[in-house]
Amino acid sequence: MRVNGKEETQGAGLTLEEYLKTKGYESNRVAVELNGEIVPRSHFSETVLRQEDALEIVSFVGGG
Amino acid sequence: MKITEEMYRQALEQRHGKEQQKILEGSTVGVAGLGGLGSHIAVMLARMGVGNLVLADFDTVDLTNIHRQQYTLDDVGKKKTEAILGYLKKVNPYINYRIFDGKITGENAGEIYADCQIVCEAFDQPQAKAMLIETLLERMPKLYLVTGSGMAGIGSANTMETSRPFQRLYVCGDKVSEVGEEEGLFSPRVTLCAAQEALMTVRLILGITEP
Repeated sequence: MRVNGKEETQGAGLTLEEYLKTKGYESNRVAVELNGEIVPRSHFSETVLRQEDALEIVSFVGGG
Repeated sequence: MKITEEMYRQALEQRHGKEQQKILEGSTVGVAGLGGLGSHIAVMLARMGVGNLVLADFDTVDLTNIHRQQYTLDDVGKKKTEAILGYLKKVNPYINYRIFDGKITGENAGEIYADCQIVCEAFDQPQAKAMLIETLLERMPKLYLVTGSGMAGIGSANTMETSRPFQRLYVCGDKVSEVGEEEGLFSPRVTLCAAQEALMTVRLILGITEP
């Protein structure tokens, strides 16, 4: 699959929640788009990633 | 000197061009949070004559805000919505201001910003930033969201940029400089990020989607 525009060999078959954890993201600080659609946090644990998916992950840091 | 709305409009037209000013005047923008980012964003949007502003915050002005937010010592203890409105009306009284004094949540955000074409995210907590994006992008299929991430410290301004990770999401800042025990917020860098958000907003209003 493609993650943030780059080819990613791992991840297919994992849920989005598992993938984010594996990659060290904190799931409550990220916004995720899967194949151009925003994925609500409540769907992270039931969204299974596939080889053909394109994933965009934006992680936010504090301050404002 | 007595200044009329017509004089004010002409002054804006003189600076921005008549056609562009008409578009700005007809647009509606939301600001989510009125702290270091949002208080400055609101002022910049008002100066540019964005005709309709929806401004929301639950907080009151604290002495520890003065170092980077668009408030004065007279404002300490006042609601941020009330304090910023007082300032904005002195800058541009000819705008339709709508205020929401309360916490913005996944339940109410869609309603608060329902009329907006663009919302500027201006929270400080990363969880709140993520919540707003998820909520508004899902519920408002035409909305553009302009956000800030990474503005702490006194790192070079040259590391701060605007990116467009999703079709309708822009992120301003260096994406990494986080507030923490060793990293505080300094006025210039926070204000710079606010200006980046306001600039992206006016670009979108005028039809430019490139970050």
